[in-house]
Amino acid sequence: MKGMKKLAAAVAVGAIAGLSGTVFAADSSEPIKIPIKNWSSQIVMAHVIGGIFESMGDKVEYVPVDNQASFEAVRVGDITIVHEVWQSTMQNAYYNAMEKGGLIDAGTHAAETLEEMGVPNWVIEKGLCPGLPKWEALKDCAEAFATPDSGGKGRWLEGPQSWHGDVMPNRVKGLGLDDKWVVKFAGAADALWAELQAAEKEGRGTIIFNWSPNFTDASGFTFIEFPPYFDGCRIADGGSWETTGCGSPKGWLKKGAFWKFPKTHPNAYRAFSQLTFTTPQIGSMAALVDVDKMTHADAAKKWLADNEEIWKPWTVSVLGEGN
Amino acid sequence: MSLTSSSLSIKSKPVQFALLLVVFLILCYAIAPADGNYLWRLPALLKDIPTWVNDFVGGLMFDWFPIQVYDPDIDDYESKPLFREITRAVSSGVLFIIDFVRELLLGGQKTIVAFTSWDFISENPWAEWPALPWTVITGWAAIVGYKLQGKRLALIAALATTYVAIFGQWEPSMQTLSFILVAAPVSVLLGLLLGIWAYQNRYVEIALNPLLNVAQTMPHYSYLVPVIVLFGVGDHAAALATIIFATPPMVRLTLLGLKNVPVEVLEAGMMNGCTNRQLLLRVLIPTAKRDVLIGVNQVVMQCLAMTVIASFIGAQGLGSNLMIALNSLKIGTGIEIGVCIVLIAVVLDKMSLAWANKQTDYFADLSFLERHSTLIAMLAVFVAGSILAAIGSFIFEEGFNYLYVIPHNKGITTAPIWQAAVDWIWDTFFFVLKGFNEFLITKILVPMRDAYLAMPVVATFLLVMGIAYILDGLRSALIVGGFLLFIAFSEYWDRALITAYMASFAVIVSAALGITIGSLCARHEVASKSILLVCDFFQTFPAFIYLIPVIMLFGITDTSVIIAAVVYATVPATRYTVEGLRSVPPVLQDAGSMSGVTRLQRWVSIELPLAFPHIMLGVNQTVIFALFMVIIGAFIGTIDLGQMILKAISESRGTGIGLTLGLCVAFIGLAVDQIIRNWAQRRKAALGLA
Repeated sequence: MKGMKKLAAAVAVGAIAGLSGTVFAADSSEPIKIPIKNWSSQIVMAHVIGGIFESMGDKVEYVPVDNQASFEAVRVGDITIVHEVWQSTMQNAYYNAMEKGGLIDAGTHAAETLEEMGVPNWVIEKGLCPGLPKWEALKDCAEAFATPDSGGKGRWLEGPQSWHGDVMPNRVKGLGLDDKWVVKFAGAADALWAELQAAEKEGRGTIIFNWSPNFTDASGFTFIEFPPYFDGCRIADGGSWETTGCGSPKGWLKKGAFWKFPKTHPNAYRAFSQLTFTTPQIGSMAALVDVDKMTHADAAKKWLADNEEIWKPWTVSVLGEGN
Repeated sequence: MSLTSSSLSIKSKPVQFALLLVVFLILCYAIAPADGNYLWRLPALLKDIPTWVNDFVGGLMFDWFPIQVYDPDIDDYESKPLFREITRAVSSGVLFIIDFVRELLLGGQKTIVAFTSWDFISENPWAEWPALPWTVITGWAAIVGYKLQGKRLALIAALATTYVAIFGQWEPSMQTLSFILVAAPVSVLLGLLLGIWAYQNRYVEIALNPLLNVAQTMPHYSYLVPVIVLFGVGDHAAALATIIFATPPMVRLTLLGLKNVPVEVLEAGMMNGCTNRQLLLRVLIPTAKRDVLIGVNQVVMQCLAMTVIASFIGAQGLGSNLMIALNSLKIGTGIEIGVCIVLIAVVLDKMSLAWANKQTDYFADLSFLERHSTLIAMLAVFVAGSILAAIGSFIFEEGFNYLYVIPHNKGITTAPIWQAAVDWIWDTFFFVLKGFNEFLITKILVPMRDAYLAMPVVATFLLVMGIAYILDGLRSALIVGGFLLFIAFSEYWDRALITAYMASFAVIVSAALGITIGSLCARHEVASKSILLVCDFFQTFPAFIYLIPVIMLFGITDTSVIIAAVVYATVPATRYTVEGLRSVPPVLQDAGSMSGVTRLQRWVSIELPLAFPHIMLGVNQTVIFALFMVIIGAFIGTIDLGQMILKAISESRGTGIGLTLGLCVAFIGLAVDQIIRNWAQRRKAALGLA
């Protein structure tokens, strides 16, 4: 099937090149494959980007894929782009794929992200850990965060180990909190949200790994202030036990693409590499789904219709002159 | 050991077990837990395996045997490894079939593209295959159901499709269906062929058994990365992963069925001058039908059980929608989607069974109309549905044509009702269960885990190999030891112990529950049927859905993991107990009753022993199911092998690490399988059942 398709395409390309005598850079008519992962802002943004491509005459196809697996998939070309790569939790997979070859950096969003340990606001309001959000407060309130299986220590609920390996166990040890706190890895984001709800019902303390922009922003969530981050402070980046207690950096939010994308869809690629969203923009996309209960596709349509002045320039500058 | 007094023979099993336990405990106390003490933990001699596997797969897929391939997209030649071109060809073949089936149901362009090109579509916007209106598919499902079995199945099929349609899950359901309609028949066919081959050739059977076990016990995540590397991301990759997962039970049951064919039947066939082919197709398989049919049932169940996992590597449909819903804690929506998956399973299962059970009437003398009544009815439904859809396009001018394809999430929703039910359970039981949870964790689970981790490696080997030796002899002991050795030499021994602790706790609870429930239900026809339905439900209802309420009730703890495992692992124990007890010949039961046994005596002395081998097969499955769910428990939050597998997906050596970890899990399963299977075999022989 593929051979036939290629042959037909080769003939067509040959014919066009032969007739016109010039090779002009038009986008291939093959669909651009956009990954659908499992959180709201990513899915809405997928449809927003898809809508932008469609407005330029390209075809798009949405492919559901696991977040961590998507980097291998974009590397071999089964999906064309990844558009929401969070520094703290995804850079491992992202740079691994880049090192193996096939994934290219397609620029960075304007949005600054924060991925850090924190507590829901009611934990502070209840006075479960006086002194928060300063991290030093954690020295004296571990008992309020103990669970049956934490052996009397406070439980420090980190995301899955696949997100950033041993950063948190190292940090706890580096800050000298390891006799009071124990790190537990949750298996998935939904486990974190379930824990938030259960803890609120019970009125017990909970400290979880979370990020912003996220839907939890709306209900009030406070990130803990750890010693400032600097390059190389973590053990994995060559730091020492004295420095590894550092907090998370203000993170980037990157885009990536399959290496052939600039060649097959030059116009779409240029638009994609220029495209950049800010934190409020991403928040407003997610809110259409999480707050206004729209479907992801409808939310994207509405967002595109309401914000033409933001995204039109990316496409116009491409198609602008000489076209 | 003065315990072994002369009055007790060393040959008696209880004595042997007691001895084993004593030596085990002595070892546990005598060996100091210290790094570098090889009696405590073996060195990680095999820790390079992941790298080797990775280099091999990497070389195969990206470096070796390069060939020059012209890529029109970039107008240049590209060097591609031969092997990858081959797997990619397989992928595109599978993808073509899936897309074809999908577009028959939902419409689309890809099939047309396969014969032309995307440029052709761009130039000819009319070239799009139309979807079948949902009314037509519902009508067809009812007709097929009626034709295969009668009014009951027709009603079930119609209700199920209508449910899916009006609750706004039509498109994802059809996407999932198209994927199942490819994966399930391939699995059945493959399983049948392999089963027959294994029946005909003893060596094939010997070679196949461990492979099947590995395929069945290996957690799917561990081969998700390799499948992505080999076949890419998309429906085709998901279908291939599903086939790997769904085929083994079919092979098993085909083989079991064929082996159970009485020699007399076989001889009768031979005496009638059957060729080998006729013997197989006309004598053996029809006689083995019952087991083969259970195989078909299992394939359908396994395929649907994979829908959620399959969405991790690109399967479109219900699975990915489910993960999205759960990630924002929309449990109501999740349940609604789960019900769709179960409904599809029920309808497909019933239809496949009815089709397989259908007798051909060779003597019917039918007119043209009678012979083609189904086709004509389907054509009529098609015309009527199309007209309805056309009318619909005038009625629903704004937005959506509800008589054509009901768009996703535009139907009625029952989600709030489900959500309310879950909330009610949560509100009512939260504080009651909290106490139970704390007790379980602090008094049972944590001590149990610590005990497992405190075992010196030598003691573990002694215990497991000793049990294998006592129950089953030296050969089993050595095989089991081999499996353990692989894990002990890997870096993952401690993780494996944690997996083993959770799985063994879950197995004990599940087996006890399953055998009790099964025994109680097997006495009544209706109860048996109902409980098997419940089993089907829990085998196909995606576990991810109840993971969330379980987490809310029990927190991110081992309790949650074990409860999820028990829900799932009780299914095979119950199913095999019911089936085993139901298949005890009534003659024997009557004979017992006439001899004046009470009901309890009959159960203990006649039914249970006779059903024992089959029940043990169920316990064997329970072990595999429990292991499987404990690994899925990584999504709740564990520190066992499952978490490592989950982590492997983001690592650069992911393929190798994933596969190695998968093998570790599989070997735990295989070790137990080795002991139970042969033990059951011996019991069977002892009972004169073999």
